[in-house]
Amino acid sequence: MAQPRTLFDKIWDSHLVDRQDDGTCLIYIDRHLVHEVTSPQAFEGLRLAGRKVHRPEAALAVADHNVPTTDRSHGIADTESRIQVETLASNCADFGVPFVAMDDVRQGIVHIIGPEQGFTLPGTTIVCGDSHTSTHGAFGALAFGIGTSEVEHVLATQTLIQKPAKNMRITVEGARPLGVTAKDVILAIIGRLGTAGGTGHVIEYAGPAITDLCLEGRMTVCNMSIEAGARAGLIAPDETTFAYLRGRPMAPKAGRWEAAVAYWRTLPSDQGAAYDKDVRIAAGDIEPQVTWGTSPQDVVPVSGRVPDPAAVADDAKRQAMAQSLSYMDLTPGTAMRDVRIDKVFIGSCTNGRIEDLREVAAVVEGRAVADGVYAMIVPGSGLVKNQAEEEGLDKIFRAAGFDWREPGCSMCLAMNADRLEPGERCASTSNRNFEGRQGRGGRTHLMSPGMAAAAAVAGRIADVRELSR
Amino acid sequence: MEKFDRLTGVAAPLPLVNVDTDKIIPKQFLKTIKRTGLAEGLFYEMRFDEAGKPKPGFVLDQPAYKNAKILVTGENFGCGSSREHAPWALLDAGIRCVIAPSFADIFYNNCFKNGILPIVLPAEQVDLLMDDAQRGANAVVTVDLEKQEITGPDGGILHFDVDAFRKHCLLNGLDDIGLTQQKADKIAAYEARQRTSQPWLNP
Ligand code: SF4
Repeated sequence: MAQPRTLFDKIWDSHLVDRQDDGTCLIYIDRHLVHEVTSPQAFEGLRLAGRKVHRPEAALAVADHNVPTTDRSHGIADTESRIQVETLASNCADFGVPFVAMDDVRQGIVHIIGPEQGFTLPGTTIVCGDSHTSTHGAFGALAFGIGTSEVEHVLATQTLIQKPAKNMRITVEGARPLGVTAKDVILAIIGRLGTAGGTGHVIEYAGPAITDLCLEGRMTVCNMSIEAGARAGLIAPDETTFAYLRGRPMAPKAGRWEAAVAYWRTLPSDQGAAYDKDVRIAAGDIEPQVTWGTSPQDVVPVSGRVPDPAAVADDAKRQAMAQSLSYMDLTPGTAMRDVRIDKVFIGSCTNGRIEDLREVAAVVEGRAVADGVYAMIVPGSGLVKNQAEEEGLDKIFRAAGFDWREPGCSMCLAMNADRLEPGERCASTSNRNFEGRQGRGGRTHLMSPGMAAAAAVAGRIADVRELSR
Repeated sequence: MEKFDRLTGVAAPLPLVNVDTDKIIPKQFLKTIKRTGLAEGLFYEMRFDEAGKPKPGFVLDQPAYKNAKILVTGENFGCGSSREHAPWALLDAGIRCVIAPSFADIFYNNCFKNGILPIVLPAEQVDLLMDDAQRGANAVVTVDLEKQEITGPDGGILHFDVDAFRKHCLLNGLDDIGLTQQKADKIAAYEARQRTSQPWLNP
């Protein structure tokens, strides 16, 4: 009998173009997402070498990092940002790569529009010059971030030189308690593994607390695989996946759809497949999570306190912790719920989808953003924005005092005009709390959309469960 | 890509763990459409204050380390984003080799594509090199890729591992794309197979 294989093994095997004697493989890339920050030098490289794009229709490009999230009818004010976005547009035109323009309703964060368009499909290999490409693993696709040289390599050859990753499985057993979301699950996992825990691995998430999630929640989980050091996250495709994809503009059409689904059903890991690491977590133990430090692994339950470096034995770790606390201006022992905030950012490829916005609306409806707090909501794409407006969510947000903006990456990394000022503290639904990530000197606390909404209303970090109705 | 065979130069100590790519090169430097000129952004927030004035003391700004070619640092170096601007900035500042107990995957990969050799050594050995690197201008270290050896300032030799294919490419300064294009027939054959087995992938 054939050796049982994991979902990762199956996708890997089916994309092998060549395998050298030393184990180095050439794998085929089915889908390539492109954005403005990591692609200009790749196109320039092609041009210098007189190379063409091998298969332009396998790519999809969009500008997201530099776009303003306010009225765009006058273009982009910042010169460098504007040049970068224009360069993407002209590169796509020159090389025949499909491009979603800034004024197109489909424009949005690259990891949000891929799934929305049905560009992201199970069993495929997907890459992008962006570490959060792991998001697309939620569909059972092998999706990972690459550097610009590799972007150029994929454009020129539709392949990548790789070695197989190791398999890790994380099974989240039992049901998620009320008020505990996909974001809390993944933050708890990162807290447990550490930011290097997944290095060299592809993480397959399994168990009832994962398969229970809608696709949006699954994307949140896979998105932050990179924060656990893994290059990719994976969730086996199932009926939820097929239902999400059916009828999407770039998904297989009737006639081909049935064959596609039949193939996708063969993808889940076989019984008895071997994993290099196998981790089990009880969903029932997870509380809403919040970070206190400057690494995504610096996480505690919302009922917890700022930890004390004095309790850490390892020198380097103690120093790193003390440094984080000083940057974050937090005193050991402070209850997380006593930490006041200045700003709230709801959005990003982690939590900028419709489900996330519904979660926020459920908390803030009939309530108001606390005095002195500035709270912004940046939908992940134009389609998310329209959907939210159709559901009347924007009215709830505006009535509560939120700023409702145009789609893009925005204050997730503060490359456009949206950023924290030095010393400002932010409740954020994004994925990185590194020093300066959301603006120099800015302090980021990562949490779920519901928790960020609760923080907006309370003016401090708050337990969303106390506000639930 | 420039070849990497044997490198002799000053090793600079950066005894920090989890140095992320935002720290190596912050986002304001990502707006460029070029690969060069990024040295000014390298470790920017450790080197300049909020007003853009130089903060004294950062290791690579000290006279003894101005011409450092090697960086010795802590675990999980290069974690965070996929930005190749991180190795580009290191290269632009003259760093051709980074030695650490561990690296983040994408950064590690990106180094090889740019003629930078990332070396993983056990933590105890990195500690030894970190001590050596504290000696300022005397912290001269030689890295020999062919032999896979690092010679410290006192002549002590450490062995390191490196993937054979990557070593080959680095030693010869080979262009990955050129190599892959030699396999064009295999790629075409794969595409033909896939058109039959998964027709829905092609509109
Ligand atoms: S939303 Fe943030 S993490 Fe996601 S692609 Fe944009 S900048 Fe990167």
